[in-house]
Amino acid sequence: MTYTDWLREDRLPHIYCAGCGNGTIINCTLNAVDHMGWKKEDTVFVSGIGCSSRAPGYISTDSLHTTHGRALAFATGIKMANPGLHVVIFTGDGDLAAIGGNHFIHACRRNIDLTVICMNNQIYGMTGGQGSPTTPVGALSTTTPYGSREPTFDLCQLASAAGANFVSRWTSYHVKELTRAIHTGLQIPGFSFIEAAVQCPTNYGRRNKFRQVMDQVEYFKTHAILQQKAERLKAEGKSVPENSIVIGDFIRRDRPAMGVKR
Amino acid sequence: MTKIDFMQGNTACAEGALAAGCRFFGGYPITPSTEVAEHMAAKLPKLGGVFIQMEDEIAGIAAVIGASWTGVRAMTATSGPGFSLMMENLGFAVMTETPCVVVNIQRGGPSTGQPTMSAQGDMLQCRFGSHGDYSIIALSPASVQEMYELTVKAFNLADRFRIPVFLMADEIIGHMRERIEIPDTIPAGERKLLEKDTLPYHAGKDLVPGFPQFGKGYGVHVTGLTHDERGYPCTTSPSVHEELVKRLVAKVESARHEIADFRVTNPGAEIIFITYGSPARTVEQLIHDHPDANIGHLRLRMVWPFCENALGEFPDARVFLVPEQNLGQIAREIERHTSVPVVPLPKLGGALHTPAELKAAMEAWR
Ligand SMILES: Cc1ncc(C[n+]2csc(CCOP(=O)(O)OP(=O)(O)O)c2C)c(N)n1
Ligand code: SF4
Ligand SMILES: [Mg+2]
Repeated sequence: MTYTDWLREDRLPHIYCAGCGNGTIINCTLNAVDHMGWKKEDTVFVSGIGCSSRAPGYISTDSLHTTHGRALAFATGIKMANPGLHVVIFTGDGDLAAIGGNHFIHACRRNIDLTVICMNNQIYGMTGGQGSPTTPVGALSTTTPYGSREPTFDLCQLASAAGANFVSRWTSYHVKELTRAIHTGLQIPGFSFIEAAVQCPTNYGRRNKFRQVMDQVEYFKTHAILQQKAERLKAEGKSVPENSIVIGDFIRRDRPAMGVKR
Repeated sequence: MTKIDFMQGNTACAEGALAAGCRFFGGYPITPSTEVAEHMAAKLPKLGGVFIQMEDEIAGIAAVIGASWTGVRAMTATSGPGFSLMMENLGFAVMTETPCVVVNIQRGGPSTGQPTMSAQGDMLQCRFGSHGDYSIIALSPASVQEMYELTVKAFNLADRFRIPVFLMADEIIGHMRERIEIPDTIPAGERKLLEKDTLPYHAGKDLVPGFPQFGKGYGVHVTGLTHDERGYPCTTSPSVHEELVKRLVAKVESARHEIADFRVTNPGAEIIFITYGSPARTVEQLIHDHPDANIGHLRLRMVWPFCENALGEFPDARVFLVPEQNLGQIAREIERHTSVPVVPLPKLGGALHTPAELKAAMEAWR
């Protein structure tokens, strides 16, 4: 099989805007899943609500498109009831870190055997561009018309502190690395969290000086800094440049996990 | 051989669930329902089932719904505040047609209210609490025996209709201890699987589509969005939405006479009490104390869907007296189905109606 065999073709065309980064992340995920050699009937995709959460609707396995923020709680029920199923979750920054924040930290704490892919566009895409817990300070959104003043969440630090077995961050520019990271996450027992920075040209980009889709992808390319390099800079007493996106694998460990098939 | 035992209502509920084959419990502790969870936590692992204490009730019902899609019988138990938290996901269960059982051991509300005291204040919430139009089934036990029996029944109905079924008990029934006969066989029910080559949300005459269990190769997409028979989102067609919602309501409401569950005492009486849950016990006491007074009693074991034909069991009725531990929630429903006067006998605060109170209410109509 190739990744296109996992697509639910009779649902195309999709609802995503031209230039949306979500499609790239879906492709990377399906490539990684395909690489696992999993059977379709053993694989379940779960999501909450948002543009990102529409992804399971385009995949031909069993899929559960749930309520806003709650995907991980539903997925926990599926995985605990039938550990033989491979359960992969698509979520967004609002879905995961705002309304679903509590389920996120508890799923990490339980270290339940799920793989979560968060498409972080730093905005509420589906509802027209309101601020989210990852909207950068100063960024414009419909609910931060004078620039966001709230400090943001670092989702990877959150997942690491809460107990996930695997934590990694890439962007829609880093297709190969992201695919590899998702593949690693799928293999590792326990909770795997992969954050993918994505462009949302419609509701983030155009309000925040990314006039063209490629402007934001270019930004990901030029502002991404490998985690090892960031660590080295810190060790040398130098500061990591402001606005950089630290990418790489942050955590890979073997804490006791729940929901692992025995 | 039936087994005679002596136990608490909440324990009987858990035992009934286990007997019905429930193998997944997800929930969050709350008085006065916690014993259900505790009993499931003790028993499920030994039976190869799963007990998981979630981070809140929103997650509890979510996990139950997720588990149900793997084909397992799944339940949660809660009370007032937790029940309120579950509302959005209960609507999701209705929309996606997910079988599950939700036990509510009712306590005094609104808000945190009276955690340890009995109430029946959630009878309309269980029917209407989530947004949009829909229909569900609610059973109401009046004894420890019925905590067992009606829990079993709840699972069978949930699977047959693919809906959340509510066991709407109250603190008194949940915490009382009495004799119970545990049968060695229980009425069987099954979740009809989707026939291959049938669209997942295509329903036949009974209006209930077959269940495309996860992991069986159906490749089904399940969404809380308005969907067509393929299960695909279809959110702007008025007719698709109207047909879907009407079917979700009709599959329950059109079966209401067939599945009706009530008990009739003294059908020739003129003064009739209508009860469900613990107020039934006071009426039974009154009838026991006044065997010659010809007191009628309609006891609803299933409150929703409301079966109006039950009222016709009392052709000579002059009045329906409705003692409830709320301000008249079901009295209001009864009223819209009859021209016989309906008198609510509300009682708040947690104490049971006394026989003297009910006698006085009755005397006023002699
Ligand atoms: C309980 C609830 N509150 C609010 C909404 C409205 N809503 C839908 S999507 C969304 C935000 C989605 O943002 P995010 O998770 O970042 O996803 P994106 O669309 O950006 O991919 C909100 C607030 C909802 N569906 N449910
Ligand atoms: S609004 Fe943004 S996230 Fe949503 S589809 Fe359009 S570009 Fe993508
Ligand atoms: Mg977003």
